[in-house]
Amino acid sequence: MSLAIAGYFEPWWIQIVKALLIFGVALGILPLIIVYERKLLGRFQGRYGPNRVGPFGLLQPLAEIIKFATKEDVRPVTSVGPLFVLAPVISIITAVAAFALVPFGDAPHIFGTRVGLYGVDPSIGPLYVFAFGAIAFYGLMLGGWASGSKYSFLGAMRAAAQLISYEVSQGLALIGVIITAGSLSLTAIVHAQVGMWYFIPQFVGFLIFTIASFAETNRSPFDLVEADAELVAGYFTEYGGTRMVAFLFAEYLNMMVVSGIAVTLFLGGWLLPFGIHPPTWVDPFIVLAKMMVFISFFIWVRATLPRLRYDQLMSFGWKILLPLATANTLVTAIIVVAVHT
Amino acid sequence: MTWSPGEDQIAVQRAPAPGAAGGTYRAFGETLRGLKTTFARVVEGVHTIQYPEQKVPVYPRFRGRHKLHRFEDTGLEKCVGCSLCAAACPSDCIRVVAAENTPEHRVSAGERYAAVYEINISRCIFCGYCEVACPFDAITMGHDFEMSDYNRSDLIFTKEMLLAEPIESTPLRTEGE
Repeated sequence: MSLAIAGYFEPWWIQIVKALLIFGVALGILPLIIVYERKLLGRFQGRYGPNRVGPFGLLQPLAEIIKFATKEDVRPVTSVGPLFVLAPVISIITAVAAFALVPFGDAPHIFGTRVGLYGVDPSIGPLYVFAFGAIAFYGLMLGGWASGSKYSFLGAMRAAAQLISYEVSQGLALIGVIITAGSLSLTAIVHAQVGMWYFIPQFVGFLIFTIASFAETNRSPFDLVEADAELVAGYFTEYGGTRMVAFLFAEYLNMMVVSGIAVTLFLGGWLLPFGIHPPTWVDPFIVLAKMMVFISFFIWVRATLPRLRYDQLMSFGWKILLPLATANTLVTAIIVVAVHT
Repeated sequence: MTWSPGEDQIAVQRAPAPGAAGGTYRAFGETLRGLKTTFARVVEGVHTIQYPEQKVPVYPRFRGRHKLHRFEDTGLEKCVGCSLCAAACPSDCIRVVAAENTPEHRVSAGERYAAVYEINISRCIFCGYCEVACPFDAITMGHDFEMSDYNRSDLIFTKEMLLAEPIESTPLRTEGE
């Protein structure tokens, strides 16, 4: 018995091609996002950012990866070998798996069959994301614990506390959208936004989701998990070389996942405003463009806000964000019930 | 008697005491203000000078690498080997060895000329005292400042190097810039 309908129409070989394509596109865009972030961050500070390696500095991430890959693979004596190796793998697998959910378009007819322009469209949409988000904790906790260093362990505890606190608000913020749309399938939610994108009726939910996303993806102003200037690197203090790159990649991939979810649930997915209906092949680019806007906002906030103190982070999460998210859910539920009866 | 600030007193704007609602409102408003500030930097544009390609123009009196001069009409060296520059030099980086001019071998306009004229650039502090000390304006401070090298011995500039026009010239600040 399957727990959820996976939402597949296509034969198995198209599924494999699709999986490879989405994986390739995601990992191909990642370095660009990294260089984009650094360049945009530079602009916010009145400078250019990296512009020396390759045209416009576009090969900068490549140079960095070469540098990281040629580093010695150091492992502390006190570390727990297999788990130490496993941790970044878990992180990156969960991030990629969550990325499969982001719908880049509807399911048009290609080569005679219907092909969904997404990795998977389960009938439990957001739950799937949070499930993989929860597994991602293991990557982080194991990474911190298996390093065999007390600083890594403390970093992992901080990270876990932060992520669990904010995942509650993030999940509750989505419930408003789910109630309004009446479906958990992400494509159905996008279809429900034809009249109006959900960030207008669900503005509070959008705000909460955005703020919680900053915490979930360990971005400034909630980047206490790494806190470059204060801690060494939090839970991945003992990691170096390609393993650290895996953690960083997972982090940026999570940022893409979160922007993808935000675009799908609040910003109308592949829809355009004012009743413009472009051909189907444009849809993925619309989603990507919207994601880039969201990521730019992430970078903008990173360039602006200072880091919160740890107790401020906790009290903000539990005392302000969570009650607000709960109230948003309740009010939405009451309005939806009142309208439908 | 209560204290009241006079007109010359600058009013101290105090932030509201952080409370639940007030604090949240304040944090949100200040966040938006911060976002506006950073975005203004994007609009303002980039201030970076792309150094090796793009250089900051120097002022006319900028003291860079030394130059030795010749008379433009006769082509003779201005330096007469008097060693006043070496005497004035606080870091003792100039070495002058003078020799007599002969009718067959005339190098400078005076009686003597500098057979050896070396400046140890790695010790020079670019104070410009040599320029001040020179009675014939034979040595002046140029505008070039890119003199780094891989080898200390390469930083001892000989007379030929100092007499030659610098290969790469530094942009000069124009009037009013």
